[in-house]
Amino acid sequence: MSRYTTLKVLFKRYRRPGDIVFAWFFFALSVFLLTQILDQTAYKSSGKLFSQPRFWPAVSLTGMTFFAALHLLASGLSERIEGRWKEVIVWGASLEYAGWFILYAFAIPYIGYLGGTILFAVLLVFRVGYRNRAIFIGAVCSAIVTVLMFKTFLQVKLPAGQIYNALPDGLRQIMLTYF
Amino acid sequence: MENLLAGAELLMRWDVGIALLVGALGGVIIGAIPGVGPAVAIAILLPATFSLEPIVGLTVLLGIYGSSMYGGAIPAILINTPGTAANALTSYDGHPMTKRGEGHRALSLAYSASFFGGIFGILCLILLSPVLAVIAPMFGSREIFLAALLGIILVVFAHRGQVFAAGMLAMFGIFLNTIGLDAITYTKRYTFDLTFLSSGVNLIVVVLGLFALSQAFFLLTNPDSSPDTKPVSGSMTTGFKELWKHKRVASVASSFGVVMGMIPGVGEFTAQFMSYTYAQKTSKKPDEFGNGSPEGLISSEAANNAVPAAAMIPLLALGIPGEALTAMMLSVFYVHNVIPGPALFQNNIDLVYGLYLALIILNVLVLMFLMVSTNVLTKVIQIPTRFLGVMILILSFVGVYSLRNSLTDCMLAAGFGVLGLVLKRLNLPIVPIILGMVLGGIMEVKLRSALPRLKTPFDMIDRPIAFILFVVIVLVFAMHIRTLIKEFRTVQPDEDHDLHDSQTR
Repeated sequence: MSRYTTLKVLFKRYRRPGDIVFAWFFFALSVFLLTQILDQTAYKSSGKLFSQPRFWPAVSLTGMTFFAALHLLASGLSERIEGRWKEVIVWGASLEYAGWFILYAFAIPYIGYLGGTILFAVLLVFRVGYRNRAIFIGAVCSAIVTVLMFKTFLQVKLPAGQIYNALPDGLRQIMLTYF
Repeated sequence: MENLLAGAELLMRWDVGIALLVGALGGVIIGAIPGVGPAVAIAILLPATFSLEPIVGLTVLLGIYGSSMYGGAIPAILINTPGTAANALTSYDGHPMTKRGEGHRALSLAYSASFFGGIFGILCLILLSPVLAVIAPMFGSREIFLAALLGIILVVFAHRGQVFAAGMLAMFGIFLNTIGLDAITYTKRYTFDLTFLSSGVNLIVVVLGLFALSQAFFLLTNPDSSPDTKPVSGSMTTGFKELWKHKRVASVASSFGVVMGMIPGVGEFTAQFMSYTYAQKTSKKPDEFGNGSPEGLISSEAANNAVPAAAMIPLLALGIPGEALTAMMLSVFYVHNVIPGPALFQNNIDLVYGLYLALIILNVLVLMFLMVSTNVLTKVIQIPTRFLGVMILILSFVGVYSLRNSLTDCMLAAGFGVLGLVLKRLNLPIVPIILGMVLGGIMEVKLRSALPRLKTPFDMIDRPIAFILFVVIVLVFAMHIRTLIKEFRTVQPDEDHDLHDSQTR
């Protein structure tokens, strides 16, 4: 049970470790963006205020900075939660998977969607710790189904792999079009 | 009636039939897997639907939206883990019923209440359509601007306890939308002389990053788990008899769902919470709530399933999405140059009625599917979470890369994925960013087009609907301030914070 008796208690919120790190980051980002407004937006001397290209960036960034400051204030006034840097490390760990994703996107135009997807699925399943054969078979099957559904059936626009050019004529055409 | 027949004619096609099946069954399966919510699925499928006709693409997405909550009730009841965020309260009474050996009864009740809520919502939508067709054309630029502004305000205030964060993120969304070349003056805004920013930040890239990639990162950075479920036996139709005994609760809960669904920024969670509170207050056995009360289960499931149909009202009639899923659907309309709003009811009324009928068929299909497949779905729930993360990553690639085959888009999406992960782990809301982007864009365009008619600021509210919207905005502010003062003065019990732990599904 709690009773709001002071400003500190009023601003107290249910938080998680790392909240203040994010609050500082967002506040710094907001302030930085706001300081760039004169450089990054134009002001047309003939137009009305509301139709200025600078108007909406100014409104949004002022609002963002205002709320970010309050969010930071609330975080700062709340009780410290242990484990903030441990939490930041978890955020950092996600960068590895972001890297995997970008690498996958980078590789597809070279090794093709089918090969790239199977390879990515198998490698990533291994990376996250699975050693069970059933999981690997599941990963390969899911990769093939994904390719069949999106590229073969729905004909979603994805580049054909350069590797397919090395294939014999008939097969090359099929691979370029459907896989 | 003529319009209804025209709508039915739109659905009489094999591709629409397949879209209905894929949407209905896919939605149930996706909803049943904790860790993959409808937002993830819709974000991934969105670009793929751009190449389909509007009715086909929208049917798939609407199918996933409308049926995911049916599926989400299964893990909520059997393993106390809501499949979607909107099933949170279902677990309160559903799981205690399972623990005392009434899992079959709970599931059966949840399905029948969901079906009741779903059909109730659609009937309200159909009955309201003639009224909407009359009112919608009264909305000009000023009114739509004010309605979008109201939407932003409600989204921020709806995140109680996180208003500052929600405000900050909504403003961030509005800012994101301004990046790139200004459409009227052709001047650069926050491009930092980077070529790829000249065309702006694509909504789909942001949506895929914040919803799909972040979920993959979330699952991959957490320990692996595979929920254990036990099969249930017995007929799933028995719930309808029990539902009839609680028809008052089901009707009121569905009404809450319809009203809350229509209000931008409010949605399933508030509807569910309000109807649950109502059911408890008016129940003869209020102590049973939280310990396996059938009324609690009915109120929660009927309310959340009535929302999807109602959420279509502001989207179709005004072109204003009330939450993230309808915001994503809006892009399907735009891609096909079918602009939702007042003109839709005049020019494409067959599409509107086609969507209503699709929703009805969808609910029937889902119910039939669940009657025979519940035990299969309990197996689907057991898919290991890290494996799911890998699959979401693979599927997200299709969504991002197929937009314009851009590696830069993939990098941007990965960046938003990391931001989404941070927000999820901090339990901060993601939806305000998306609504900020969409509603911010609408506000900018509508304010500009209203300007030539504005001589003084008061001209903004000199028409009846604009004035009403203005009064509502003032009232919302006043009520929020009043609530803050009340909370400041009274003793507050500790809240169940896990109830709001809705960002991770």
